[in-house]
Amino acid sequence: MTALDLLAGGDADVLGAGDAAAAGGVPPVVELRGVAREFPGDPPVLALRPSDLRVDRGDYLSVVGPSGSGKSTLLHLLGLLDRPTSGEYLLDGEPTSAATEARRTALRGGRIGFVFQQFHLLPHRTVLDNVLLATLYSGVPRAERRARALAALDRVHLGHRLTFLPTTLSGGERQRVAVARAVVASPGVLLADEPTGNLDTHNSAEVLDLFDELHADGLTLVVITHDDVVSARARRRVRIADGLLTELA
Amino acid sequence: MTAPALEAPRRDVPRGDRFGLRDLVRESAAGIDARPARLFLTILGTVLGIASVVVTVGLAQTAAGQIARRFDAVAATQAMATASTTRGADGSQRATAALPWDAAERAERLAGVEAAGLVAPVDVDGAAVTAVPVNDPSAPATTSVTVLAGTGGLLDAVRGEVVTGRFFDAGHDARADRVVVLGARAADRLGVSRVDRQPSVFIGDRAYTVIGIVDGMQRRTDLRDAVVLPAGTARADFGLAAPEELHLRIAVGAGPVVGEQLPVALSPNTPETVTVQVPGGSGGVREDVQADISTIFLALGGVALLIGGLGIANVTLLSVMERTGEIGLRRALGARRRDIAAQFVLESATVGLLGGMVGASLGVAVVVAVSAAQSWTPILHLGVVLLAAAGGGVVGLLAGVYPALKAARVEPIAALRGGV
Repeated sequence: MTALDLLAGGDADVLGAGDAAAAGGVPPVVELRGVAREFPGDPPVLALRPSDLRVDRGDYLSVVGPSGSGKSTLLHLLGLLDRPTSGEYLLDGEPTSAATEARRTALRGGRIGFVFQQFHLLPHRTVLDNVLLATLYSGVPRAERRARALAALDRVHLGHRLTFLPTTLSGGERQRVAVARAVVASPGVLLADEPTGNLDTHNSAEVLDLFDELHADGLTLVVITHDDVVSARARRRVRIADGLLTELA
Repeated sequence: MTAPALEAPRRDVPRGDRFGLRDLVRESAAGIDARPARLFLTILGTVLGIASVVVTVGLAQTAAGQIARRFDAVAATQAMATASTTRGADGSQRATAALPWDAAERAERLAGVEAAGLVAPVDVDGAAVTAVPVNDPSAPATTSVTVLAGTGGLLDAVRGEVVTGRFFDAGHDARADRVVVLGARAADRLGVSRVDRQPSVFIGDRAYTVIGIVDGMQRRTDLRDAVVLPAGTARADFGLAAPEELHLRIAVGAGPVVGEQLPVALSPNTPETVTVQVPGGSGGVREDVQADISTIFLALGGVALLIGGLGIANVTLLSVMERTGEIGLRRALGARRRDIAAQFVLESATVGLLGGMVGASLGVAVVVAVSAAQSWTPILHLGVVLLAAAGGGVVGLLAGVYPALKAARVEPIAALRGGV
């Protein structure tokens, strides 16, 4: 079994493709049905108007919008970090809006990979440890953890940086470590929040090329950005403005 | 689609693959390991607290050992009984009763009494004690040695030793034999240095055979300057009325029992007429002293420990604030609130345990060093040391509870806005 097989194999496992197919077709990875998020206040702020969104397996979706448009709210909802005030969010066909916090936490660990603008790497831990961190909480079999982390790092072309501390890496390398951490548990979807926001053009290109590779391998990506260059790389583009989602042709 | 059908694809993670104790320990260790300089400052309070507790207990135990040894050697095994006295109308002390002549035999029957002997001063009515009776009116008055009467057990009871010859026994006493034993200094003064030629001393004009010379007698050093007669002889020749003191050598710790039983044994009808001086129980004094020392220093140690605990709580809380980003990240990666809380509690408990172990070691070192400087034998129960080290862990555990709860309450959204 090669490193890539490990990751790909895990992918199918997470999705539970067989069971879902038996239940009648493969459900979309992400499905929003009239999801809205309102923040209480005077007056209440409607950060996300009731929206529908469907992301199928293997999609590469970008969400663009100016700051304050509701991008972050959408990211938090998609990442199960926040609950919608109305509507239903199905992740791999499983309704999550009313799920217990424990279940949502388990889903978050097992089915979603996060990539953040600020990388969020632990500065005192090696590159390998940082990637292994994602295997701790997501239920990756103990025996596979190391092999998977090594495979993930190989996949982001950082197999030679295992024992480095994140502080000694370039921005592009750091973000690639974060990507390796996001994919190591074989998530159903990779959520990237302004993944190139802290990177220069060269490092941005490095990360975006990696996204293309991952997409080509079958990974589902949702990239949230305000940068049209980043958004242009995606196969599907969604614009968000004033809490309203509109699909761009 | 119904909910149960949707539950089907849920992947049940085997227990061994979830975030378990091994992962918890590893993550906590990494968290502690990340900031060594801070770790040092964090454990300092606990180190001092635990060390002061160990030093307190150790020095108290060591000092108690010293006190016990010093007291036990002589005082704890020595007892004395006298007849009660009353102050007469003219201000003089008068005995209200007399000890019986067989007081020594009666006392020796008591458990805990190892030797007993009577002693009494003998009134020789101005008779001189000399080695050779010379009637020389022109000679200056010689310094007279005192004359005392004793029973056979006296020498043993007052820790005397025979320099040469022997001490008299119950037989001499009963027969009222005219024998004497000389105290070492009295023998010097009388010019008697050996007894194998059966020298005699004269009290007045009666001759007494010297059968031995004795020395030591820490409890009644005046015996060294005295000529000692058997009590029976003193009664026959000088009309000795009553014994003065009963000296006893007792077993260590027998003081209270002997003190209670002796008056009854000596004077069953009027035990109140017998005054007994016995050492306290197994170091009653010592325990009091020890309790005083311990209370003060344990209180200080407790305060230091409290400060140490607050220090850990403070630093852990600071650490939680600093690592908000890390907490948010872990939550995003699927960590439950309890996983986060457990990590911080364990970090805090480990830091406390480290402090406890360092403090206990330091405490032992101080006890040994102080003992060495004072030439004492360091005494410290191993259990105290282990308990103190574990106590540091408990302090850390308690100190970590509040910061851990705080960490568990961190909202991932807010946490992820900052960096790690």
